[in-house]
Amino acid sequence: MTVKEAAQILEAEVLVGENLDVEIKTACGSDMMSDVLAFVKDQALLLTGLCNPQVIRTAEMMDMRCVVFVRGKEVDPEILELARSRDIIVLKTKYRMFTACGLLYSGGLRGESGSL
Amino acid sequence: MSALTFRYEVPGDDFTRAGEASSDVKRKLKQLGYSPEAVRKVAIAMYEGEINMVIHAGGGEAVVEMDPEEIRVTLRDQGPGIPDVEKAMQKGWSTAPDTVRNLGFGAGMGLPNIKKYTDELRIETEVGVGTTLYMKVFA
Ligand SMILES: Nc1ncnc2c1ncn2[C@@H]1O[C@H](COP(=O)(O)OP(=O)(O)O)[C@@H](O)[C@H]1O
Ligand SMILES: [Mg+2]
Repeated sequence: MTVKEAAQILEAEVLVGENLDVEIKTACGSDMMSDVLAFVKDQALLLTGLCNPQVIRTAEMMDMRCVVFVRGKEVDPEILELARSRDIIVLKTKYRMFTACGLLYSGGLRGESGSL
Repeated sequence: MSALTFRYEVPGDDFTRAGEASSDVKRKLKQLGYSPEAVRKVAIAMYEGEINMVIHAGGGEAVVEMDPEEIRVTLRDQGPGIPDVEKAMQKGWSTAPDTVRNLGFGAGMGLPNIKKYTDELRIETEVGVGTTLYMKVFA
C-alpha cells in the first residue's frame, strides 16, 4: 500500500510530507528505539507512542520512509523540523498502538518481508 | 586516494542532539557513493555508539575516516568505563536507568548491535578513565 492509503486507513493527520505516493510493504510498531535498531530489517513504516527526536533519527538510520505517532500525541515542532530535513513523512493518528497496527495489517501491510 | 577524515564533538548534556554526528556521517557516505549496505551498517553502528556515549559516558568525540576500501569510526569518551566488557556485550544486559528506557533506549542491545553491523570491532576501556570503540566497515 502507499503511505497515502495508510494515512486514510488510520484517519491520520499528515504533519510532514507532501508526496504521500510512497509504496510501503512492511511496517513495525515499537516504543523502544533500541529494539527497532536491533530487530527491524527493512520495514519502511514505524508506528510509535514515543515522542522525541530520536524516533526520527532511528527512522533515518534505518532508511524508513514514514513515522506514525499513535494515540494523538502532540508532536514538538522541533521533531517535525528534523523529519522535514530528513525527508521522512510524519503522520499522527488518534488510534492506539494495537488498533493502529491491526488496521494496517487488515489493510494488507505485513511485518518482516517474506513472512506473515 | 587518501582517507577523508571528519571529527565531531558529541555533547553529553543534550539527549535530543544525540545522533547528529551519525546523521552527518550517513549523509556524507551517501554523497560519496558508498553502497547502501555499507552506509546503513555504519549509520546504525555509529548511532548506537553515539547514544551510548550520551547516556552512559557524558559525551565524547567521534572520528570518522572514509577510505575507498573501508570506513573507520572511532568513538572516544572520558566516561566511567566498562567494568566487564564480556557482560556488556551480552544481549539484553544494561545498566541504563528507567529514565533512559522511557526515552526508548537502554534495552541492552546496543553493543551486540554494533558488533553485528561492523566488520571489525575493538573496545578499549578502563574504569574511571573512559572507553574507546574502534569500528570498521568494509566499503
Ligand atoms: N561508552 C560507554 N561508557 C560506559 N559504559 C558503557 C558505554 N557503552 C556501553 N556501556 C555499558 O554497557 C552496557 C551495555 O551497552 P548496550 O549494549 O549499548 O546497552 P544499553 O545502552 O541499552 O544499556 C550499558 O548498559 C553500560 O553499562
Ligand atoms: Mg546502548
